[in-house]
Amino acid sequence: MATPRTLYDKIWDSHVIAPQGEGTYLIYIDMHLIHEVTTPQAFEGLRAAGRKVHRPDATIGVADHNVPTSDRSKGIDDPISKLQVDTFEQNVKEFGVPYFPVDDIRQGIVHIIGPEQGLTQPGMTVVCGDSHTATHGAFGCLAFGIGTSEVEHVLATQTLVQQPSKNMLVQVDGALGAGVSAKDVILAIIAKIGTAGGTGHVIEFAGSTFRALSMEGRMTVCNMAIEAGARAGLVAPDETTFAYMKGRPYAPKGAAWEQALAYWKTLPTDPGATYDKSVKLDASEIAPHVTWGTNPEDALPITGRVPDPADVADPMRRAAMERSLTYMQLKPKTPLVGVPVQRVFIGSCTNSRIEDLRAAAAIAKGRKVAPGVRAMVVPGSGLVKHQAEEEGLDRIFLEAGFEWREPGCSNCMSMNNDRAVNGERIASTSNRNFEGRQGKNAKTHLVGPAMAAAAAVTGHLADVRELG
Amino acid sequence: MAGSSLAMTIRFEGSDMEKFTQLSGVAAPMPAINIDTDKIFPAIHLRTIKRTGLGHLLFEELRYNRDGSENPDFVLNQPPYRNAKIIVAGDNFGCGSSREHAPWALLGFGIRCVIAPSFADIFYNNCFKNGLLPIALPQAVVDELMEDAKKGANAVLTIDLDSQTITRPDGEKVHFDLDPFRKHCLLNGLDDIGITEQKMDAIGGYEAKARAGKPWQWNMTTAGA
Repeated sequence: MATPRTLYDKIWDSHVIAPQGEGTYLIYIDMHLIHEVTTPQAFEGLRAAGRKVHRPDATIGVADHNVPTSDRSKGIDDPISKLQVDTFEQNVKEFGVPYFPVDDIRQGIVHIIGPEQGLTQPGMTVVCGDSHTATHGAFGCLAFGIGTSEVEHVLATQTLVQQPSKNMLVQVDGALGAGVSAKDVILAIIAKIGTAGGTGHVIEFAGSTFRALSMEGRMTVCNMAIEAGARAGLVAPDETTFAYMKGRPYAPKGAAWEQALAYWKTLPTDPGATYDKSVKLDASEIAPHVTWGTNPEDALPITGRVPDPADVADPMRRAAMERSLTYMQLKPKTPLVGVPVQRVFIGSCTNSRIEDLRAAAAIAKGRKVAPGVRAMVVPGSGLVKHQAEEEGLDRIFLEAGFEWREPGCSNCMSMNNDRAVNGERIASTSNRNFEGRQGKNAKTHLVGPAMAAAAAVTGHLADVRELG
Repeated sequence: MAGSSLAMTIRFEGSDMEKFTQLSGVAAPMPAINIDTDKIFPAIHLRTIKRTGLGHLLFEELRYNRDGSENPDFVLNQPPYRNAKIIVAGDNFGCGSSREHAPWALLGFGIRCVIAPSFADIFYNNCFKNGLLPIALPQAVVDELMEDAKKGANAVLTIDLDSQTITRPDGEKVHFDLDPFRKHCLLNGLDDIGITEQKMDAIGGYEAKARAGKPWQWNMTTAGA
């Protein structure tokens, strides 16, 4: 009788080529997503060593971090950004790697376009030189971020040497309350297990709440598994997954679809499989969340108050909280509702898909962006933007006074020119609130899309459920 | 300066990674938890297409004032630590991004080793690709090394990879654990891609089976939608 295995165990086992000794294994990579930021040095290395890309047919490229979200027909102003994107375009052409150019409607954030195009599939190993590669785990594939040296290794050999991770189960059951989104679920999970709660582990997200979430909701959750320190985050594939995949441009078709489907149905965790660590949450207890500090684990329900360092026993943790509160210019015990914001960003690989835009538009409709607030909506891809426009969401946003922009990573990490200035406070649907990430001295509050829209129309952090 | 210097270089332009042998140098104290990759290497500089010469960008936001002058309160700007080869830090060092620019900037500055109670996974992996040694030790031991690091010019630690020991300024030796595979690669300056290329037969065998079993995963991106 074979030992029951988890979803992660099954994917790992089926991708091992050979053990390499000392607990490491050579594993095969099914899909390699590449973008302009983490590849220049990798291609330079290949060129210097006279190596080719081993499987261009399992590689796809897109520029997303540097691209302007304003009119792109004029090209990129900043010479350093322009050089990086030009270098990328030269590299993909020279090495024969398929890619979506900036003026292609399919261009967008790499973790939006992979699933959208049907390139991300259950049971695959998927890597990219970007930590939010964890997003793709929503499809029941093993997806994780790698550094540039490993990018070069995958380009050259389509393999990686890895040590297996431990299994962690995060089970969430129950129905989400009104106004509570997938973003709030993952913020609540990270607040509970901490920014290193998943280190050394792959997290499987399970439970009735996940069964009920759409693929986009599952992607939002898996996206931030890395913020809990996990190697990857996965949700077992099910009918929701198969319905999403069917008919996508690069998804298998005809007889191949039936073959693939049969394989995908073997993936969910076996009854009786064990996990090294497990955590449970009750969905009905999750409120809309907001971060107050400078690490994603610094999250609380919107109904809460800024914590007090005096309540923290551990001296290093207390010092970290004091530092965060000084940077964020927040006093202990201040209610989170009412903290004024000057900027709102709705976008990023966490929350820039059509459902996110619909949720934000539902709040923006019939309301206006508050005076003194600059609010920006950046759809995740040209296709998302097009669909949103078909649904009239762009008109809702524009009438309310939001900016409606072109796809890209934008203000999440501000490598292009979209950034908070003069130490502005920003409500953002992105994934990291580290010091200075969204602009010099920018004070980031991470929220879900509806909560971001609520902050935009009120001019402060607000409970979307209480909006008049 | 004391002892043998680290015989290691950042891999570039096809040259082999040199071996990590012994390191002796000043350790700088950074007693903070969750030192993230945006602190270590701000995202705006990810636009570079280089991997060398990035030392001046290490901890940029903390190191320089708005006018570009050095912040005298930042540890790496202070005289004994300007030549630090080691950093002693708190839990979860390197959390956040997969950017390998973080170890590149550390190495560019001259740091060859980071000691902390724990490291974020991707950062930890990236260190070994560049001959930067991350050493995880129990909090109580790190606390003692942090005290050593606060000794300014006397904050000298010697790290011997082969014997897996750190020698403190007072001569006491501390043992550290390290995965044998990682140790082997660092000691021998091995080139990962070169090693894997010796296994192309095994990879080809895997590919033949995988292609037969999952044919839809072949000619995917090149076939066009």
